[in-house]
Amino acid sequence: MEAVKSVPITQEKKNRKLPQKIGMYALLGVFLVISIFPFYWMFIGSTNESGKMFSNPPTLLPGTKLVENYQNLNSAIDISRVLFNSLFVSLLYVVSALIVCSLAAYALAKLDFKGKNLIFTAFLLSMMIPYQATLIPLFQMMSSAGWLNTYFAVIAPQICYPFAIFLLRQNFLAFPTELIEAARLDGASELKIFAKVVMPAMRPSLAAASIFLFMTQWNNFLWPLVVLNDSSMHTFPVALSSLMGLSYIDYGQVMMGVSIATIPIIIFFLVLQKQFISGMLGSAVK
Amino acid sequence: MSRSRLFPYWFLAPALVLFLIFTVYPVVASSILSFQKFEAGAYTFNGLNNYIRLFNDEIFWTALKNTFIIFIFQVPLMLLLAIVLAGALNSQLLKLKGFFRVSFFLPAVTSLVAYSILFSIMLQEEGIINNALSYLGIAAVPWLSDGFWAKASIILAMTWRWTGYNMVIFLAALQNIPEEIYEAASLDGAGKIRQFFHITIPQLKPVILFAGTLSTIGTLQLFDEPFNLTKGGPADSTMTLGLYIYQNGFEYFQFGYASAIAYVVVVLVAILTFIQFKVAGDR
Repeated sequence: MEAVKSVPITQEKKNRKLPQKIGMYALLGVFLVISIFPFYWMFIGSTNESGKMFSNPPTLLPGTKLVENYQNLNSAIDISRVLFNSLFVSLLYVVSALIVCSLAAYALAKLDFKGKNLIFTAFLLSMMIPYQATLIPLFQMMSSAGWLNTYFAVIAPQICYPFAIFLLRQNFLAFPTELIEAARLDGASELKIFAKVVMPAMRPSLAAASIFLFMTQWNNFLWPLVVLNDSSMHTFPVALSSLMGLSYIDYGQVMMGVSIATIPIIIFFLVLQKQFISGMLGSAVK
Repeated sequence: MSRSRLFPYWFLAPALVLFLIFTVYPVVASSILSFQKFEAGAYTFNGLNNYIRLFNDEIFWTALKNTFIIFIFQVPLMLLLAIVLAGALNSQLLKLKGFFRVSFFLPAVTSLVAYSILFSIMLQEEGIINNALSYLGIAAVPWLSDGFWAKASIILAMTWRWTGYNMVIFLAALQNIPEEIYEAASLDGAGKIRQFFHITIPQLKPVILFAGTLSTIGTLQLFDEPFNLTKGGPADSTMTLGLYIYQNGFEYFQFGYASAIAYVVVVLVAILTFIQFKVAGDR
């Protein structure tokens, strides 16, 4: 009896929620179009000639200028060279920052020593310092050391990245201390414990941190703009930005550049979205 | 135990050395630099002159005003949108949650330069956005050539780039609010809107504070968007503190003056963060 009665009630409930449901899908649908459309149009632009981007009615289908736009872009900037610079700088950065930051994070999470809180607080506070406050002395430093236009100048100032230390420390805290103590009793050296016991277990967190560090460096603009004035050393964002400073702007070529900067990251993101999101948001999510 | 008690410091040493060289030293050096000027090949003490000059510099005030206008409109608009979207994505009525979440997050992975350039093309007088608006019977908007609309363009572009990112932060926090609280409130007769203001917002407070602080620091340093979208124009209407520091430092090579502006940003970040903690942090 009860069961029979409950059927019309849930039906009614469902009906009551229908307008709410439609409203929600409509809202999300609008935002979906807003989020995705620029990417679609960017791709369309990279396959069309300049003028098509300003035609009315708008051109919404791919054109035939893909190869031509690529060639034009390649004659304006040395694509393979600039991409190599970006990739090399980013990878070098990920490796060095990961080593430095995970060592520090491990000490702050699992080791006891004097001044621990002070050091941790200093790292946390430095996250509040705007980048511009260090920009000019850093530039002077690089300039007087003769390091302008080097890969080293691009990555060095950010290798100790307090936010990464903070994220990694959160993850290291969850590692069981008993395992570390057991390894100590076995006579393993501290560095060995770190490298052979702790780090292998932290692989997922390290992967997430790597993605975050890679993105930070790959998209970095202001600092590379300041320290790299030789165009053969330019990273991709710097080269891309320089296209917009030319007296004649070939928009097909620019859109090709924007696509090259964006599409690989999007594919990378779609494949690794979980690690991407947890890396970029870190402990905020937990 | 033969183990050295110093070993934790060895783990910290690389980070600490880099931190001292590349963060602590520059922060101190630029504060000193802000009281100096470059004269006859050397830096000399200049008293408060850089700061006095700031007070009389119209472009500085314009940049300060612009930065604040962008901050005041962009951050709340974005956070509110992000909360609404997160609420919708958290609803049990919704399917395809993963698809929506990934799609909304997508703008956050693109480079600031690439999306700024993309928007600068879309927002031109003859660009696709105005063309689309013409079908709705809306006259062409001078997005990039009018002072008011240029600021609106920056706000729109930043909102496009960052809303999904903040949405995911809020979504994670929403999933940690126990369902029972809502059920209890429902039984007490609280409607959806009251539940939103009396349960959702208070529960999200620490996360809103976190997202708000990150956005504040980001907005006060705003550089990539105005540099690539509007070049600070028209007539300095999108000049920001970040862009003005860059111009003074690396176009006019007035390092002392640029450092003084940078310190204004430092102080503003400190004040605004303090206010946010005062307003939102008390429980």
